[in-house]
Amino acid sequence: MSTVEDVSTAPKTTTKPGKPALSEGKRAERRLGWLLCAPAAIVMLAVTGYPIVYSIWLSLQRYDLRFPQNTEFVGLANYAAVLSDSYWWTAFATTMGLTIISVAIELVLGMLLALIMHRTLVGRGLVRTVSLIPYGIVTVVAAFSWYYAWTPDTGYLANTLAGNSAPLTQYIPSLAIIILAEVWKTTPFMALLLMAGLALVPDDLLKAAAMDGANGWQRFIKVMVPVMKPAILVALLFRTLDAFRIFDNIYVLTSGQNNTSSVSMQTYNNLIKGLNLGIGSTMSVLIFITVAIIAFIFIKLFGTAAPGSDQGGKR
Amino acid sequence: MGNGRGGRRGRPPGQIAAVLGAGMLTAGLVTACSSEQGTTLNLYYAPEDTFQKVVDNCNAQAAGRYKIVYNKLQRGADDQRLQMARRLAAGDKGLDILGLDVTWVPEFAEAGWAEEWTGANRAKAEAGVLPGPLATATWNGKLYAATKNTNVQLLWYDDRITPQPPATWDDMITAAEQLKAAGKPHNILFTGAQYEGLVVIYNTLVASAGGHILSDDGKSVVMDQGAVQALEILKRVTSSGVTDPSLTNMKEDDVRQAFQRGNGAFQLNWPFVYASFADEQPQDLPHFKWSTYPAVDPGVPARTTIGGYDLAVSSTSQHKPEAFEAALCLRSQENQKFSAVKDGVPPSLEALYTDDTPLDPTKPVDPDNNPSMATAYPMRDAIFAALKNAAVRPLTPAYQSLSTVISKVLSPPSKIDPQKTADELRSRLTDALNSKGVIP
Repeated sequence: MSTVEDVSTAPKTTTKPGKPALSEGKRAERRLGWLLCAPAAIVMLAVTGYPIVYSIWLSLQRYDLRFPQNTEFVGLANYAAVLSDSYWWTAFATTMGLTIISVAIELVLGMLLALIMHRTLVGRGLVRTVSLIPYGIVTVVAAFSWYYAWTPDTGYLANTLAGNSAPLTQYIPSLAIIILAEVWKTTPFMALLLMAGLALVPDDLLKAAAMDGANGWQRFIKVMVPVMKPAILVALLFRTLDAFRIFDNIYVLTSGQNNTSSVSMQTYNNLIKGLNLGIGSTMSVLIFITVAIIAFIFIKLFGTAAPGSDQGGKR
Repeated sequence: MGNGRGGRRGRPPGQIAAVLGAGMLTAGLVTACSSEQGTTLNLYYAPEDTFQKVVDNCNAQAAGRYKIVYNKLQRGADDQRLQMARRLAAGDKGLDILGLDVTWVPEFAEAGWAEEWTGANRAKAEAGVLPGPLATATWNGKLYAATKNTNVQLLWYDDRITPQPPATWDDMITAAEQLKAAGKPHNILFTGAQYEGLVVIYNTLVASAGGHILSDDGKSVVMDQGAVQALEILKRVTSSGVTDPSLTNMKEDDVRQAFQRGNGAFQLNWPFVYASFADEQPQDLPHFKWSTYPAVDPGVPARTTIGGYDLAVSSTSQHKPEAFEAALCLRSQENQKFSAVKDGVPPSLEALYTDDTPLDPTKPVDPDNNPSMATAYPMRDAIFAALKNAAVRPLTPAYQSLSTVISKVLSPPSKIDPQKTADELRSRLTDALNSKGVIP
């Protein structure tokens, strides 16, 4: 994901028009600057650029580790196969649904949590630490505890809330449990980013608004949210990209049964488990493209700023 | 300027040298480890409680010519396969002997990861092996592994609920319905989750109905009348209200536990359930009975799917002759018997099913301290009968994809529409065989 941004920012610095009259010393200094950052740039290219190019190359071939003799160049046939397959689109819809619903819930809960943490007067440090615990737990470990909690006989949640049924064997309940696990895990992260945004809101503005007669809700909507907009958009961008790649929770909770497979799960099944490098790479390229589109929408249309950039709007 | 130049000329080579130096140091350490004492053979095999003892026996027999190191793979079969496939695809030379599930041999053979067994080694690996297990170790008429153990499912029941085991699936469903009407434990328990376990049940039904999923050479999809009939049975048994509510979440151990909780009248499962039952409910053990699988057509015995492990020699191995010898030792008659009575993995050698001598032949039989095949396997005649008429899962390098697709299309089994499901399977499996389609 970071590669998307690297690609978009890299040309900016490289194509900067050179100023005509540079002294010998300045030029040497600039060359030194280039040489100093060259290793880092080369390493970046090698670790991010090469795999991407290689997977694009693989996606144009029939390449199955189990049939090494039958490797051949097939052009876009793999893309046609994947894009015309109902399994892929089911997984795509599931992933999109999971992403949108879980990020929406996280935004609301995260905002509430951020407001609470921001306003807490007593034990502020303790409150913040406690609310961050879910984010500190390894996802797989948390997923297993949800799995057992929702399994009849072993699970306190299944026994008390689900009666005699097994919610993880049904479509809608398993999706709800996956969303619950995601929300539980990443709301603190959302809250953390939003809290940083809250710190941007000057108290003077809020006081002035209060003087003008704005009530709490109006102050929140008309003053805080607009000032926080950059922080909210960054938080949404990060979480959306993350949520789109959902893998571990699904892997543990349902292993993709009952149509709960995500695109990452399916890519794993084809690429790693199925040893089918052609189809699997095609899927990972498609995920890459989708992620790039999501990032593009956020950055160009909503004007999300990359963290650290001076301008809080469009570039 | 001079400073800058000195910096940019001097530093990178220094860093490179440091990195290279560290690399060589590590490489030196690694090679030092492996070349310390004679030939080390790396065995990658599933965790088996007492298998280290077998490895030790073989090391003692080798008398210093080689030393087998038992590298325990993960517990899950999928994880085991991935671990080995990843290493082999990367050309890892540290693998010598591979423990392959019976469904992986064609895949590893076709990918060029397993060495072919020829000559005297082949003769030794084939001698006295039951035909079903032997078929799992061959691909394209060549032998790529030596059978280590086999396994076969049985029908388990409680003779207080059903004094006589049902002879056919129809009988079993009828019996379950009657028990349900009488308010007694009635469920037919089997592995209905969307995974390999469901494929095993389906394959048994197909073979018992005389059908085929793939052609015998594994190159094309057949899905004949028998395969459709099997779908009908699966549909009927799961939609008559005689299966557990969490059927579609049940794997082997869930099935075992459900039966032990008294939640079923019939259990279709591997023999490991007997040892667990004996451990956990010894007071009920005399009523825990077994039989071969019910038939599909009256009068035609069922053909049950076999499981188990085979041992292959890795094509990346640097010590192939020793690896073949060691693999033969690990699955010798004596060691198969030891694993069978100690670890509950049924042997692939026919002779052991009539062997009555205890582990230590010099002492009398004692079920606890000196077991024999007869004391450890009260159900061995049933296992042997099932093995003689066993079904093998489709032999093809693409088995993993096939299995994923079959379990997906069959889930949940109550939603099967026999003819439509068969057509879907036919087109999906054809794609999978040609590494074209998407697997879910």
